[in-house]
Amino acid sequence: MTEAKKTPLLDELEKGPWPSFVTEIKKAAANSPSAQDLLGQLELSYEDKRGHWKHGGLVGVMGYGGGVIGRYSDIPEQFPNVEMFHTIRLNQPSGWYYNTKALRQICDLWEKYGSGLTNLHGSTGDLVLLGTRTENLQPFFDEVSNLEEHPFDLGGSGSNLRTPSCCAGPARCEFALIDTTDLCHDLTNEFQDYLHRPMWPYKSKIKISGCPNDCVASIARSDFSIQGTWRDDIKIDQEAVRAYVAEGFDIQGLVIDKCPTKCMSWDGNELTIDNANCTRCMHCINKMCKALRPGDDRGATILIGGKAPILQGAMMGWVIIPFMKLEPPYTELKEFLEKAWEWWDENGKTRERIGELILRLGMRNFLRAVGLEPVPQMVNAPRANPFFFWWPEETVQD
Amino acid sequence: MAQARTDIGPPLYKDMLPPICKENYGKWRYHEIIKPGVLVHVSETGAKLYTVRAGSPRLVSIQFIREICDLADKYCGGYLRFTSRHNVEFLVSEEANVEPLLAELAAKKIPVGGTGNSITNIVHTQGWVHCHTPATDASGIVKSVMDELFEYFTTMKLPAKLRIALACCLNMCGAVHCSDIAILGIHRTVPKIDHENLHKMCEIPTLTASCPTAAIRPNPKLKSIDIKADRCMYCGNCYTMCPSVQIIDPKNDAVSIWVGGKISNSRIGPRFSRLAIPFLPNNPPRWPEVVEAVKHLVEVWAANAQPGERMAEWIERISWEKFFEITGLPFTDKHIDDFTLAQTTFRCTTQFKW
Repeated sequence: MTEAKKTPLLDELEKGPWPSFVTEIKKAAANSPSAQDLLGQLELSYEDKRGHWKHGGLVGVMGYGGGVIGRYSDIPEQFPNVEMFHTIRLNQPSGWYYNTKALRQICDLWEKYGSGLTNLHGSTGDLVLLGTRTENLQPFFDEVSNLEEHPFDLGGSGSNLRTPSCCAGPARCEFALIDTTDLCHDLTNEFQDYLHRPMWPYKSKIKISGCPNDCVASIARSDFSIQGTWRDDIKIDQEAVRAYVAEGFDIQGLVIDKCPTKCMSWDGNELTIDNANCTRCMHCINKMCKALRPGDDRGATILIGGKAPILQGAMMGWVIIPFMKLEPPYTELKEFLEKAWEWWDENGKTRERIGELILRLGMRNFLRAVGLEPVPQMVNAPRANPFFFWWPEETVQD
Repeated sequence: MAQARTDIGPPLYKDMLPPICKENYGKWRYHEIIKPGVLVHVSETGAKLYTVRAGSPRLVSIQFIREICDLADKYCGGYLRFTSRHNVEFLVSEEANVEPLLAELAAKKIPVGGTGNSITNIVHTQGWVHCHTPATDASGIVKSVMDELFEYFTTMKLPAKLRIALACCLNMCGAVHCSDIAILGIHRTVPKIDHENLHKMCEIPTLTASCPTAAIRPNPKLKSIDIKADRCMYCGNCYTMCPSVQIIDPKNDAVSIWVGGKISNSRIGPRFSRLAIPFLPNNPPRWPEVVEAVKHLVEVWAANAQPGERMAEWIERISWEKFFEITGLPFTDKHIDDFTLAQTTFRCTTQFKW
């Protein structure tokens, strides 16, 4: 093991009440030379204010193009044990539920093959294992995928389908309007090939939230945002409403006045909702979940195009299918995804996300390609400029 | 050694659920926050599931995982989960186990909180710990900010929930762009070109195409490229495509702060965070300027917002011009957009405030 170096700057980050990642690296460093050298290299980064990881590096396991991210130190002579320090993404179970046996198995294997450091979890949702050498990748994967109980597969990286993720769902949350955990598991399995073999212009992400509270931030962080919703009336338990008020709950200030569409009223005894004007924002249900429940005609709104800034700036998902019933085997959704990906794959430039392609070629082309009718729910307002296209068949051709 | 089994997919979530979740799947009726960090979900069957939410540094060792597994074995029948913001959630089906679990967590200095009107874990990226393109560290800033805002994790005294996120460069692996407060590492100088090696390591057409502002053009003489400096906005996309255009610049890389974004559709809809502070120095190990700025924003909002008003709702009510006045932050030319769709942010009415 490389001799333990002093880390005065990092030691500062062990002070204070919040749990310290430095303490975590030190814990791992007690048994792991690579965690020890990570600490040394990070201390140097803190001194000279720059990272010390080399750019790029292709590594992987047999049969896969993604799931492992190569990482090499740019100062291996100083820190030989992090000369290679690759990341492995493991596909997490839906909703990030675990039994301890599954987690302990990962810990044992990561003790054997890796640095002992992890992220629970990465931003896309995977169980992320930080730091191993190239020669350990295949043996680790051979073992983790052959575990007798709860074997794990790799997640996505590169220009492929990134590991889908979803919220806590119906296993723990009363707001789940679709079966997010089942849908996430089903889609992940259905599209294994897209997930493991990068062949697209760029990444494509799916995130699934059970209700419009969007706990997995799907609208901002995924090309395909699936959010549970309902079409019929909010269910009111008037007795329970009165109980809230009797307990001193400020129904006027905290619920009625905060309704974005002003579709609610309270006469001191009865709560009335003008459901035709409700936009299902969830606020009243969030505030009074004992008394109010979403309706029974449940499904999801599908939004498309969400992404972070690279390349053309940050985008939020746009409503593309205002309502879709989502029940196994989710055929309609899968057909839509296949059509959208095919159009993007055919037309997209390298590193162009589907939202950027839609902006470049026009929403009308996308809608036609996937066979969707335009509806007012797709826009905040119709266009304000008079420059618009016609299809050839809509005008008289000479 | 057996051969790897490929394309087996993730472990089945149903095998990871405590019996109470399986029995009450889709039957949960309502939930309450009993106290900061402790939720109870009540089923139509009358069953009650307690959730104890704990803070995590996200970058955790296997020793930490084994430690929380020990707690889950002792108090939760061997089950736990993680949230989308990387908190640990202990799923407790026996009410009697809640207090002993809280006591053990306290003894281990694992904080409990992050529910209701509070700050939860700060979603963040890898920074200097493990990323190859960062403008700043991630975990170090997050640790420093959370130490300072600790009381807002363990209590629910804020006007509404507050979501802070950090991304160490504009790639935004942390997708911070819709957060109440976003901390974002930025570069501020044009990449330095290594003409010697560029053609050996990079595809020039891919590289020129990677620039959102068309600042990059081929230089056939050198078998390399040129960068038109006055067009470069330092996004770093070219560096991601090609290591021979080095954008990392320790003297100039810095931190910016963004405010007023949100995700949820609750009340006002999702919206992007907007630039509040274009530059703060990169000062490890504790980033005092960043910590001070975030704390200031939290406290100004907390002092001025109405009950239930998130940062975005508060700003929408008072206006951006008042936001800059109340926070005392200088408004600069950096705050006026000059990228794609900039004009959508220009004011087209005489209705404004002094």
